Amino acid sequence: MLRYILRRVLLMPVMLLGISVISFGVMHLAPGGPVSLASDLNPKVTAEARARLNAYYGLDKPLHVQYVNWLSRVGRFDFGDSFAPDGRKVWHKIRERIPVTLSINLLSEAIIFLVAVPLGLYAALRRGSFFDRASTVGVFVGFAMPGFWLALLLMILFGVKLGWLPISGLVSLEYDSLSFAGKMGDRARHLVLPVFVGAFSGLAGLSRFMRSNMLETIRQDYIATARAKGLSERVVLWRHAMRNALLPVITILGLSVPGLLGGSVIMESIFAIPGLGQLFFQGVMSRDYPLILAELVLTAFLTLLGNLLADVGYAVADPRIRTGN
Amino acid sequence: MNRPVLVLAFVAGFLIASCGSKPDPNTYREGSIADVSGFLSAVTSDSASHEAAGYVFNGLVRYDRNLKLEGDLARSWDVSPDGLRITFHLREGVKWHDGAPFTADDVLFTYKKMIDPKTPTPYGEDFKQVKSVESPDPRTVVVTYEKTFAPALASWGMHILPKHLLEKYDDIAKSPLNREHPVGTGPYRFVEWKSGSKVVFEANPDYYEGKPGIPRVIVRVIPDQATQFLELKSGGLDFMTLTPLQYARQTDTVDFRKKFNRYRYPSMGYTYLGLNLSNPIFSDRRIRQAIATAIDRKQIIQGVLFGLGQEATGPYLPGTWVYNPDVKRFPYDPAKSKAMLAEAGWKDADGDGVLEKDGKKFAFTVLTNAGNESRAKVAAIIQQNLAAVGVKMEIRTLEWAAFINDFVDKKKFDALILGWSITPDPDQFDIWSSTKTGPKELNHVGFKNAEVDRLLEAGRRTFDQAARKKAYDRIQEILAEEQPLVFLYVPEALPAVQVRFKGIEPAPAGISWNFIKWRIKEGAEGKSALTH
Amino acid sequence: MANVTGANSLFLDTARRLSRNRLAVAGGAVILVLAVVSVFPTFFSGADPSRIDTANMLASPSSVHPLGTDKLGRDVLSRMIHGAHISLQVGFISMGIATAIGLLMGLCAGYYGGWADAVISRFIDVMLCFPSFFLILSVIAFLGPSIVNIMVVIGLTGWMGVARLVRAETLSLKERDFVAAARAQGAGDGRIIFRHILPNALAPVLVSATLGVAGAILVESGLSFLGIGVQPPTPSWGNILTAGKDNIESAWWLSLYPGLAILVTVLGYNLLGEGIQEAVDPRLKAR
Repeated sequence: MLRYILRRVLLMPVMLLGISVISFGVMHLAPGGPVSLASDLNPKVTAEARARLNAYYGLDKPLHVQYVNWLSRVGRFDFGDSFAPDGRKVWHKIRERIPVTLSINLLSEAIIFLVAVPLGLYAALRRGSFFDRASTVGVFVGFAMPGFWLALLLMILFGVKLGWLPISGLVSLEYDSLSFAGKMGDRARHLVLPVFVGAFSGLAGLSRFMRSNMLETIRQDYIATARAKGLSERVVLWRHAMRNALLPVITILGLSVPGLLGGSVIMESIFAIPGLGQLFFQGVMSRDYPLILAELVLTAFLTLLGNLLADVGYAVADPRIRTGN
Repeated sequence: MNRPVLVLAFVAGFLIASCGSKPDPNTYREGSIADVSGFLSAVTSDSASHEAAGYVFNGLVRYDRNLKLEGDLARSWDVSPDGLRITFHLREGVKWHDGAPFTADDVLFTYKKMIDPKTPTPYGEDFKQVKSVESPDPRTVVVTYEKTFAPALASWGMHILPKHLLEKYDDIAKSPLNREHPVGTGPYRFVEWKSGSKVVFEANPDYYEGKPGIPRVIVRVIPDQATQFLELKSGGLDFMTLTPLQYARQTDTVDFRKKFNRYRYPSMGYTYLGLNLSNPIFSDRRIRQAIATAIDRKQIIQGVLFGLGQEATGPYLPGTWVYNPDVKRFPYDPAKSKAMLAEAGWKDADGDGVLEKDGKKFAFTVLTNAGNESRAKVAAIIQQNLAAVGVKMEIRTLEWAAFINDFVDKKKFDALILGWSITPDPDQFDIWSSTKTGPKELNHVGFKNAEVDRLLEAGRRTFDQAARKKAYDRIQEILAEEQPLVFLYVPEALPAVQVRFKGIEPAPAGISWNFIKWRIKEGAEGKSALTH
Repeated sequence: MANVTGANSLFLDTARRLSRNRLAVAGGAVILVLAVVSVFPTFFSGADPSRIDTANMLASPSSVHPLGTDKLGRDVLSRMIHGAHISLQVGFISMGIATAIGLLMGLCAGYYGGWADAVISRFIDVMLCFPSFFLILSVIAFLGPSIVNIMVVIGLTGWMGVARLVRAETLSLKERDFVAAARAQGAGDGRIIFRHILPNALAPVLVSATLGVAGAILVESGLSFLGIGVQPPTPSWGNILTAGKDNIESAWWLSLYPGLAILVTVLGYNLLGEGIQEAVDPRLKAR
């Protein structure tokens, strides 16, 4: 097992190089310097000024020089300054938004996990039943509904018509003046809609995976053996089948890391949540190269780590791999 | 299986019961599509940043309700008889938000930063015309120009920077004043900026015009228009700029009018169809006029703006002093347009509905930027209008940055639909001068006219408004005749403001020119004016 | 050849099992109807989808305009029908690109093993590290939101799943007797891959392709929401829905129909895909 993990770790630099090449390649598909996001031309913003901005940001150098410069800086964890007029350190811009995106997506992911796993398992045990069919359609409706549409419908219903929940943002404007309990409540209320929409759309993947996994597991020989040994159905299913059906979920969790960090451009725009997705979108639209590169590289890097952890976790949890089989 | 359901129901009940705090009626909450990118307007170019900076900073001059220049940090100014020297007399007793006094040194410092190559500003051009800036005493600034330069006066509306806080920074864009904590002389003091979510200001009690009537201002960043509108309706915003659709179809209800006052006035910009004059088809003036005649502007204003706009006849705002209403117009007349095209040699010989000349079809592609719904609609209407006279127009949409960098700057287009913003000063040298037709320059359609060149020069070399008016009147006549751009429409700005704010006086400059005089309605203070 | 008849009866078997799955049949029916409508949009839509009628903007559904009119007075029904053509085209072509790349990569990696496998597998791993929507967003924004770009980019970022499936399938197939037999008869690599391995690896590919169409339709609608999807005046379900989102309350027909169309279509593809998966999975036959 140690060798397996060591091999994965040794491959990391190669993978990282691949990540950097793809990120940089995507970035330079089209020429052109940073521009203002405003979509009216302003006669006061002259051509010389724009040229000067380009030179200032080093965009007049050849591509490979830019790549090498960039790579050596990224190696020192320096992602440079944003092209946006605020000119802040890219890492600072990203850092302040990671908790926002991560917490919302972790919550959604947790809910997905808590709902989808039992849903999938139960559907597998009652294969072909009404429950199986209804849950199938239910989770797929969540997946198939354009997220921004669902979000708007819920905002109109709960925010405008009923007035139960806030429409957008992370906290109320009066947040600072609230008591501790009030603050918690305020945060929670703001999270309900985005987390629900995120979770609803993500149920399908995991619950279907669980269902087919469970179906497969209960056909395995050792389940039959366990049954033949006269163990009660309850023990067979819960002790033997479930554990094995749950194992691959570790891998799924590892693979869901990019979604945790980057899967929410649309939701963040519609709910006015200042997260990584929105930041990335604005960066893309204004050609903020350092920012886009940093986000691509960072999310990819974290995913790589996530996958590694998942692999290790899987190896630890699965007796077959543990014993070197 | 039922336990989770119960828990969910409980949580839901708790969330609904713990209904959020009531919004503070003493706060003015406005919605903004985009986040602020910085507070020093010298180094930002987006409107969200400029608006935020306007709360904190002042220039030497500003525009009044009628878009005429008036003193701001300068009490008054004199122009020397030869027009080469402007003497600003600075206001006494103005203080920066940190208590330091505002002096002529700050003005000198601002000038130096504007011409410093280390300052990434797009607005340096106007300041390069300056020969010298001197301050004979701390309350006087004398600016001397090489040549008389009329737009110069307006350029001193540039926000004045605090020397004592900024002099240690080479690049002011990277100073904490731009990114973290602006310190200005303006009516509001900066409180906090939560990137991507809100900017908070509080009234400056020491403001030179007196403490503003609204104690607190919060700019909320809400990128999606639909979300912003829902926030407005549910009481989460006090101000937003409505879309024409929202104004015309969604806010004309008793319920909405009880909560909000709506305003409408021409916005400072116009939308046009630009024709690339180096394209042999469009170099013929008759063709351009025929296209102008084929386009139904009324239908565009109806379809795109729900009637909330007016026809543009030239590059100036109707109702302003420089606007010339007596120029040649091209009222919608498809039959006449066809005749004009026929006269220029374009006829439909093979009967396929598209005109030809010398075996070539009259077909071209119009470019516009992606994600702009109005321009997409304009394109669709023009496409239909032109098809009716036998001209085939394809529409191609490009993402904004690519559109500007790869097509507009390099002049790789037949035609484009775009908007120009209109500055209060009428100097538009960069847009119309034949010397500004190079790549990346703003005369991207390639308009060259000797008389216009002369008039542009004349217009910027005098401070005499009557003389300037004469020059710009003639320019408008020529532009109308030549149609280098087919001027389409001037949209209206359509703000909605919560009714508890009083003292709003709509004027040619809009509604925000007297923002510091707005106040909160008696009785609304201290208790919530909003109910769900 | 015995192999072919075997595949044939397998196919019949599968079809029989599929037809017993009511959800899959319903999904298939929806897809079939949409496919017919979208292939001949002009036949099914009475009105011209681009005819502007500013006197009749935002008209609610009536006998003239069964689904109402949009913000320029254009007929929503005929825009929906032409939009189906575009949306399904985006779905199918991007799925086709993804599947083709995935097949090629998966077959190479699985069949040749060794270096080819190592390189391709690492490449897949690297690609899977990126949030795919980030890649799509950047490329579309840089190259411009044309339909072709959208299809190509969705395809280029969506092939990894197929490749992994095909690789795994190929790995197990190439050890099977009939491959060994073919090789003993002197069949070349190409022949073995395309005649013996590919047909047997197609079932899981078909499933993922079905889901790919659905995914691409959703991605296009997301891009439209951000303003960089299929550009108006060309109608797609995504941009019709986006144009309608600003007046859900006052002109519900503008968002309800495209929203439902996307929902039902994506649902249909998913249910069908699921159905096929269950029907072809021989391991499930026992039950």
